[in-house]
Amino acid sequence: MHELGITRNIVAIVGEAANGRPVSRVTLEIGKLSGVMGEAIAFCFDVVAAGTALEGARLEILEINGRARCEACAAEFDTQTLFTPCPCGSRRLVRLRGEEMLIKSMQFKEAA
Amino acid sequence: MCGHCGCGDKAGTTVLNLQTGKESAMERDHHHHDHGHDHDHAHGHAHDHDGDHHHHHDDHDHHDHDHGHDGGEVIALEARILVKNEALAARNRAWFKGREILALNLVSSPGAGKTALLERTIGDLKGRMALFVIEGDQATANDGERIRAAGAPAVQVNTGAGCHLEADMVARGLKELKPGPSSVVMIENVGNLVCPAMFDLGERAKVVILSVTEGDDKPLKYPHMFRAAQIMILNKTDLLPYVDFDVARAIANARQVNPDITVLQLSARTGEGLEAWYDWLAAQAAAVRDGVFA
Repeated sequence: MHELGITRNIVAIVGEAANGRPVSRVTLEIGKLSGVMGEAIAFCFDVVAAGTALEGARLEILEINGRARCEACAAEFDTQTLFTPCPCGSRRLVRLRGEEMLIKSMQFKEAA
Repeated sequence: MCGHCGCGDKAGTTVLNLQTGKESAMERDHHHHDHGHDHDHAHGHAHDHDGDHHHHHDDHDHHDHDHGHDGGEVIALEARILVKNEALAARNRAWFKGREILALNLVSSPGAGKTALLERTIGDLKGRMALFVIEGDQATANDGERIRAAGAPAVQVNTGAGCHLEADMVARGLKELKPGPSSVVMIENVGNLVCPAMFDLGERAKVVILSVTEGDDKPLKYPHMFRAAQIMILNKTDLLPYVDFDVARAIANARQVNPDITVLQLSARTGEGLEAWYDWLAAQAAAVRDGVFA
């Protein structure tokens, strides 16, 4: 359950940036090949956010599909796993997308 | 004490110096708790998510996230979630580099033989290589004691609820361990093939140990770890006659996720194959001294 630690990191980073202002929404980009489950972060989020500027904030997770470029034939292709080879057979791949673990943005609550 | 995440004092990370017997608790960040705060439940959890936290975006051009639901100011952060650990790992790496220390992060399932391999290595390389060990486990100093008994200085980090070591724990361990220049620091991670793949500790390489009593498909089941590792050690080869483990298939599986992974086969128990491991260590140590990336 590394998602708990990851959620703590999210709340810490956003909380620091918010500097005490209440946050209404946090948007993440989580790659499908990142090794992190969005569901598990969502599960931890409310508990970890309690008592911080993020309490009650909505968590939005954008899942990013895997995409790779083949070093042998330069083809680019979508991939769902870390072990799918290029259609040409090569496994020497440059991962272009799908491993994101990023906090894209936060939104403040409207000033009361 | 938080019942949900085990972050309370008792479950916190501790560092035990096996040389001095001194144990100390680590002060780690607990940003999420303000136990003294005044919970205002009157606002009644105003989040408007409809039970679905997930928005599947299959194209990648969704950079405008202002969907207009609440209208407050949107701040772009573009912050990597593990940025803190990455920064601390970079600091560890620079610390190792400045002292020409070879640091390795040993990862495996529980019971694959990390500690046994270290015990054997410490004994065999006595006088040839100065080895220091940071032992990571959720609880007990058993492994740290074994390393001490084998003849190497050791620090035991108990992660409590944590399922992996993080860079700050290693930094704290180093402070206790004080490894000398040109030494080798073995960081034995918590037995787990999942989470340690994600947390850089500042090591030169991850060494993944797979024992032949496990499945030869583990590289495919835990691809992140086998991709993150530079070398795979197949341990307990003395048991091959008694198990169904297919060495060729295990290697092929590992190379499916990591075409460049180095593979060694050995038995920490009988000593078979250990010379290749010691040669690999010596080559890595030499590369560190030369400042060359192998």
